[in-house]
Amino acid sequence: MNLIVLLKQVPSTESFVSVGDDKKSVKTEDVKWVINPYDEFAVEEALKIKETFGGTVTILTVGNDKATEAVRTALAMGADNGILINDPAAYNCDGAGISKILAAALKNIQYDLIIAGQRAVDDDNYYVGAATAELLNIPHISMVIKEEIIDKTIKCTKTIEGGSFVFATKLPALITTQRGLNEPRYASLPGIMKAKKKPLDTKTLADIGINSADLGEPMLTIKEVKKPPQREAGVMIQGDTPAEKAAALVKALHEDAKVI
Amino acid sequence: MRALVITEQLDGIFRKVSYEALSEGRRIADAINCEMTAAVLGSGIQNLAEEIKKYGADKIIVADDPALAEYLTDKYTLTLADIIEKEKPEIIILGSTSLGKDIAPRLCAKFNGAIATDCISASIQGGKACASRYIYGGKLITEVILNAKPAFIALRPNAVSINEADGKGEIEKIGANTQDTPLMFIEKKMDAGKKELTEADIIVAGGRGVTGGDFSAIEELTELLDGAVGASRAAVDEGWRPHSDQVGQTGKVVSPSLYIACGISGAIQHFAGMASSKIIAAINKDEEAPIFAKSDYGVVGELFQVLPEVIKEVKKIKG
Repeated sequence: MNLIVLLKQVPSTESFVSVGDDKKSVKTEDVKWVINPYDEFAVEEALKIKETFGGTVTILTVGNDKATEAVRTALAMGADNGILINDPAAYNCDGAGISKILAAALKNIQYDLIIAGQRAVDDDNYYVGAATAELLNIPHISMVIKEEIIDKTIKCTKTIEGGSFVFATKLPALITTQRGLNEPRYASLPGIMKAKKKPLDTKTLADIGINSADLGEPMLTIKEVKKPPQREAGVMIQGDTPAEKAAALVKALHEDAKVI
Repeated sequence: MRALVITEQLDGIFRKVSYEALSEGRRIADAINCEMTAAVLGSGIQNLAEEIKKYGADKIIVADDPALAEYLTDKYTLTLADIIEKEKPEIIILGSTSLGKDIAPRLCAKFNGAIATDCISASIQGGKACASRYIYGGKLITEVILNAKPAFIALRPNAVSINEADGKGEIEKIGANTQDTPLMFIEKKMDAGKKELTEADIIVAGGRGVTGGDFSAIEELTELLDGAVGASRAAVDEGWRPHSDQVGQTGKVVSPSLYIACGISGAIQHFAGMASSKIIAAINKDEEAPIFAKSDYGVVGELFQVLPEVIKEVKKIKG
């Protein structure tokens, strides 16, 4: 089974991100960079599938030099090889360009299953997974919490608001991950040592047969980045007993805020 | 110029966000003086088309076909692609739900359009679609211009108001497009009677402070308030609540009228997921908990003592 994981490096969710000086970008100089949490589920699931069926796990990412660390981390978790598309022409791409790059790269690779995060926790646009599947003309199943492969057919439970669906499709296919799919393993020390020797190919756009004109413009232009309206501390409810405090809280919510 | 609103129904019931999308679609169509089409897909859904007339669509395209009885990404994508080909909308509005986020990127890639997901508002400026959307799980907001057409705007539930409006309401029927669709529907399981977190008007959420994982008081209060139960990552990691209840940067982002945080300290990731709530009330025994700095109402107290009293008081109001 040839398994591909689409991976993105993002600022860790503990990071305080702030508005850039131009008010049109996000300041990320001081943040810690990690594998997108949903992509970590993807790496873990690929490793589990490999443990059952054999095969290889390939990490595919588009990024700059720094993204090498994220690929190495995935290799340390147990992936077999990595491909980093590192080309300055791709640095300013958003999902529209990234999905075209990924699709171009994947046209030269044999795969049975592609696993991606449902979204990256930085730009939160939920685009790249499904769009890449569309560009490759393969089916996708998003927000998967359980998968089972029998006889080249994958059956997945996907979450929706208030419940879940179970879909199945023949491979090749693409699935995106949902929290609950698995618990990603940590990279072990021997894993980290081994990862240093695993193949990591760095490629340019020309190497995968696409040029910057094919990518088109970013689909979104950011006019402004701003902080959400800042919340301030309101009223601390006073009272001598839990009952008094509860009565004052409910009164405030009912009469002042009018929300209950 | 034409606006298209893609509605979402499950078992004959529209998602609330579909009414919000129709209302926002009508506002945009009025602002730029264009017509609005609504798309309704399913099987045995004639009456549903009638139901949405009051939100002002000029045309309602109904794909009523047994092949669409259950949602399937590919059949719905192809059928909607037919509608997009026919209507040639420049702006497409839908709910930013699991299914909205499943289908819109595929359609967007198919038509080489642009998409902004989880938007809290939309407008047309200088002939281009613009939207406000949260990034970094709610830590920042961006104002974006959608550069390509069609421009897909996926609206976050509870972000815009629902308004009735006049429209021509002409109904047009089309068939499903099911050519070369490999996905198979196996089954669906719905949590009976459980209110969806992202659509709930009131959320009562519990965190690490719900010692032992006893959510019974939170559940009772939730039921009284006709709300939904939420949880912090800590509570989910403890196994006290399902993943689907998690609010935060790697869970759900919610915007209820009232968010009651019980025993939640207020980590940055959790706060990102609920900061856009209209009113936040926090109950925590630690008076130094960061949540109090961001809450409209704070109660310092032992959760298991305060909550039963809150329940009593709410019962008085509800009579």
